[in-house]
Amino acid sequence: MKEYTTEIRNMVVAYCIALGDDSLTLGHRLSEWSSNAPFLEEDLALTNVALDLIGRARMFYTYAGELEGGGRSEDDIAYLRDCREYRNFLINELPIGDFAQTMARQLIVDVYDMGFFTELTRSTDSTLAAIASKAVKESRYHLRRSKDWVIRLGDGTDESHQRMQTAINTLWDYVPELFAMPADEQLLLDAGIAVDRSALKYVWQSTIDEILHRATLEIPTGNHSIEGGREGIHTEHLGFLLTELQYLQRAYPGLQW
Amino acid sequence: MHNEIQSTHLRDLLSTICDPEIPVLTLQDLGVLRDVSLEDDEVTVLITPTYSGCPAVDAMSRDIESTLNAAGYEHVKVRQVLSPAWSTDWMSDEGRKKLLAYGIAPPLRKESGCNNHKGAHIACPQCNSERVKRISEFGSTACKALYQCRDCLEPFDYFKCI
Repeated sequence: MKEYTTEIRNMVVAYCIALGDDSLTLGHRLSEWSSNAPFLEEDLALTNVALDLIGRARMFYTYAGELEGGGRSEDDIAYLRDCREYRNFLINELPIGDFAQTMARQLIVDVYDMGFFTELTRSTDSTLAAIASKAVKESRYHLRRSKDWVIRLGDGTDESHQRMQTAINTLWDYVPELFAMPADEQLLLDAGIAVDRSALKYVWQSTIDEILHRATLEIPTGNHSIEGGREGIHTEHLGFLLTELQYLQRAYPGLQW
Repeated sequence: MHNEIQSTHLRDLLSTICDPEIPVLTLQDLGVLRDVSLEDDEVTVLITPTYSGCPAVDAMSRDIESTLNAAGYEHVKVRQVLSPAWSTDWMSDEGRKKLLAYGIAPPLRKESGCNNHKGAHIACPQCNSERVKRISEFGSTACKALYQCRDCLEPFDYFKCI
């Protein structure tokens, strides 16, 4: 493990927790499809993607706990923090909506993850780089799936087209947050540890434009932005998500399988 | 010398442990065993997780501990190393043959275009036909995709190339 100054170490811990929160909240949302997906293969696929994301969260949380050195486990970090301590992007905590909304969000996040984790493999922090190199392999096939679905539904029936367009429109305001860099992250970027998220926007946009075009969907033009996740300011949905996610540990503290 | 013998012994013991999900493969076949070392009376085993969320990895760690405990090694530590990330290219030829015999199409080699996924070179483990189609990106576990053979019509799992 790298030797950091206290200031940098605390920032890396916060960075890991935010990345873990992104994966955990989205993974939890996808797990809500378990036994509810449109057909069996899709049920397996959605929950397998959930598993990859939750696994990713475990690696980030475990590393955060080790760096911190205070004995917090991955479970402590996941189960014993309240809304305001969660740092995930808002898009990840939104409800699953219909199947179109679920797949539209996956597309937005998968394209983002491909860019983000590819860059993170070059981090000077070797553990972050290692987690990223695993994540990028998995995001590659996640994206293959979400892209197929968005094209198939967008370029499908009137009903599926309209639902996919509504989903893209609904999620669009949550996109700018993915590319906004808070000051702490900027410092970590200068230290070669973090990724310059603002630089990912161009490739993300052109990839999404091409996919939406193939899906015969319109690219939303609004530039309204809903942000706050990285500062702990959330939508009302996160509280309900955490209530379900954390129930067992809150009701029976320390309970183990 | 004594240490070398012991470390061979440890490797032999570890090579008998099977993957909990695909019991025809040993951890050796899968290529997840990175290193084993003995210092004082503590054994440290390094493994590389296959998939981030693979529940089998926790089971593997437990199996390693219990196997070594049963062989008289009381202090066993299993650590996960993330880098370099595990690749299906690390699966042994022996492992690939076992998978095929078990009815799972083994992963394509990376150089043979693992990313195109058109199903071009994936062969049906039942009749060996290359006329196959992908039904779903995921099969019974995260590491497999579900395919069907267009000739014998059997559905089968393909171990994805990563």
